[in-house]
Amino acid sequence: MPADKLIVNPIDCAGHGACAELLPELIALDEWGYPVIDPRPLPPGLERHARAAVSACPTLALRLVPASEQAR
Amino acid sequence: MSGINSSTALWYASRATGVVALLLLTAVMLLGLLVTRQGRLPGLPRFAVSGLHRNLSLLATAFVAFHVVTAVLDGYVDIPLTSAVIPLTSPYERLWLGIGAVAFDLMLASVVTSLLRRRLSRKAWRAVHLTAYLCWPVAWLHSVFASGDLQQGPLLGLAVVCAVAVVAALGWRLVAASKATPRAERVGLIMAAVHRGGQPGNQPSGNQPQGTRPRRKPGNEAERTLIQ
Amino acid sequence: MTATTTSLTQLPRLLPVKPDRKGDGKGDAHGLDRHVERHGRLTYRDREGVLIRDIEAAGLTGRGGAAFPAHRKLQAVFDAADKRRRTPRVVANGAESEPASDKDATLLWLSPHLVLDGLQLAAEAVGADTAILYTHASRQHDLGRRLSEAISERAARNLDRVPVQLALAPARFLSGQETALLNHLGGGPAVPTFMPPRITERGLGNAPTLVQNVETLAHLALIARKGPGWFRGVGTEAEPGSMLATIRRADGRPKVTEVPLGIPLASLAGELPPGGAVLVGGYHGTWLSESQARQLTLDNRSLAAAQARVGAGIVIALPPDRCGLVETARVVRYLALESAGQCGPCLNALPRIAAALAEIAGGRARPQAVDDIGRWSGLVTGRGACHHPDGTARFVGSALRTFAAEVRRHERGHCSAASGEPFLPIPPDAARTERDWT
Repeated sequence: MPADKLIVNPIDCAGHGACAELLPELIALDEWGYPVIDPRPLPPGLERHARAAVSACPTLALRLVPASEQAR
Repeated sequence: MSGINSSTALWYASRATGVVALLLLTAVMLLGLLVTRQGRLPGLPRFAVSGLHRNLSLLATAFVAFHVVTAVLDGYVDIPLTSAVIPLTSPYERLWLGIGAVAFDLMLASVVTSLLRRRLSRKAWRAVHLTAYLCWPVAWLHSVFASGDLQQGPLLGLAVVCAVAVVAALGWRLVAASKATPRAERVGLIMAAVHRGGQPGNQPSGNQPQGTRPRRKPGNEAERTLIQ
Repeated sequence: MTATTTSLTQLPRLLPVKPDRKGDGKGDAHGLDRHVERHGRLTYRDREGVLIRDIEAAGLTGRGGAAFPAHRKLQAVFDAADKRRRTPRVVANGAESEPASDKDATLLWLSPHLVLDGLQLAAEAVGADTAILYTHASRQHDLGRRLSEAISERAARNLDRVPVQLALAPARFLSGQETALLNHLGGGPAVPTFMPPRITERGLGNAPTLVQNVETLAHLALIARKGPGWFRGVGTEAEPGSMLATIRRADGRPKVTEVPLGIPLASLAGELPPGGAVLVGGYHGTWLSESQARQLTLDNRSLAAAQARVGAGIVIALPPDRCGLVETARVVRYLALESAGQCGPCLNALPRIAAALAEIAGGRARPQAVDDIGRWSGLVTGRGACHHPDGTARFVGSALRTFAAEVRRHERGHCSAASGEPFLPIPPDAARTERDWT
């Protein structure tokens, strides 16, 4: 079963950095504070944490895209 | 309007939960302003600011709900339940209770749209959330004028402190917004800073105007000049 | 092989055989009568799907730089319109915001009716009711007027089924980018938007929108008349057809010529000195060494070996008396200033890359400059809403590779250039305010 993927809308992202704190396994911050996201599909055990990270983003820039919608 | 001297537990509960609700709402406003400024609470991780903002707003809603229910249930004065959400329908303290209803409505709108924000467009969510700037002063007015509790003694001090805090935070937010670099000028600003030979801190992007915040390069004077 | 312009092949497909020189106005080789005389009348298909199948058989890919299969775009818009029950729109993208490219402007000047025919056929193929021709604001007085006249001429003869509006692209590097284009047409600034869903689903006014480069539409108009087999008569098996290329050699003057895909780069770039270099693909393209250029051909399959792409068909030979690093640094400064400034990584990396490159070009680089550029380039690729940072990083990386010897020379304080005269074209005005983007 194909997994979801995390993507960030780089225009909405203002570099708050909450996502990297909540999902350090997949999200790191670059030297300017913007998220670098592991592009591979989400490992099953981290889904809850991914949702927490998405929920914590103050600008709603982080999204979890279901496998069915992935086209980019 | 002098304070009611009835000693029913419900009435006291309503007044007490009202005060706590005001405190919580004030904290929520301050945290909300802090989130937009990308500020941090000392000793806490970044996600704590928005996390606290969210949790305290839910707690505040709970306290307002208690405040409303106890006031309605208490038999000493007549307050129908509907007047908690429909303004100016309460026979008791029509105006100030009505204002409380307005505040409650706005609060519910912000909370509900935030809980459902993934289904809303950004613009819609933002438009509703901005009403928080109206909600808080209205809630404050209701708190101070619907009963005499906050008009004397230590509670008066509390009311004043809350007001000062929110006004100051709002002022800070507005000043930062006025100093924020418009999108079209951001890259020019960094180019100038970088070509002067400095290594400026990162220029914030995103659609919200905000000031710069220190990164892992401490004591970076070049940062300050970017936003002037 | 001599380096004169007569050595460039010229396929007489898109452009009139005896070109009416720009600004000349003599004769009307571009006029409607001549067009009909040469190509025949525009005939609509009047049946669903026929044109798209022909385009698929022809193997036409976008000529705006991305080389996306044209039939897939047409089909996607058609399907989205069908599924969502919305009437689609078509936009002919003639913004040509790449400073080194002249082919779209030349095509629109010399063969406007081919483009307009293609626009009508594309509109018919997807069922659109609105057509927009988007051109560069700087050409609105000459080209804009000519296009207006062409459109009126066609309207007078009831040639066009879908009315065509002219729209102007602001003079920004990004204004030809698809989402920036739509943002601007929708009333906003010409800055990219982050768009899942794709514009073929939700574009202008939320309707499925087809955005196609003007040259692609011109090819489409010819395929509609002469068939896919004719189109495949030139080019390669994998990348058939011809394309307009903008060639710049040592004299710096651009020449637009129509060439078959797969033509050797050497025949376009002319005689290259040892240690010479060729830029392929424009400012988001790739610098190739002279030995690479001699082995490669103008098609994506061949160029992939050097991590290059055809792009918008720009081939520039660096004159022997110029320094590739200095030229690159100047261009990258321009590219950095053209960032929309919306995405943190691009906004922060591009100016720093530009500054570091300027230091290298000026011979005053810090020792870690090249490493820094590498790190920033890696940080910026794929992390913006558009491909501006990626393209810039590719361009910079290829310069540092191709001019590696020059980098070392600069570290020692020398430069092999005899002339500091700017060679690669850069527009003069930088964006200072929001108004510059609208």
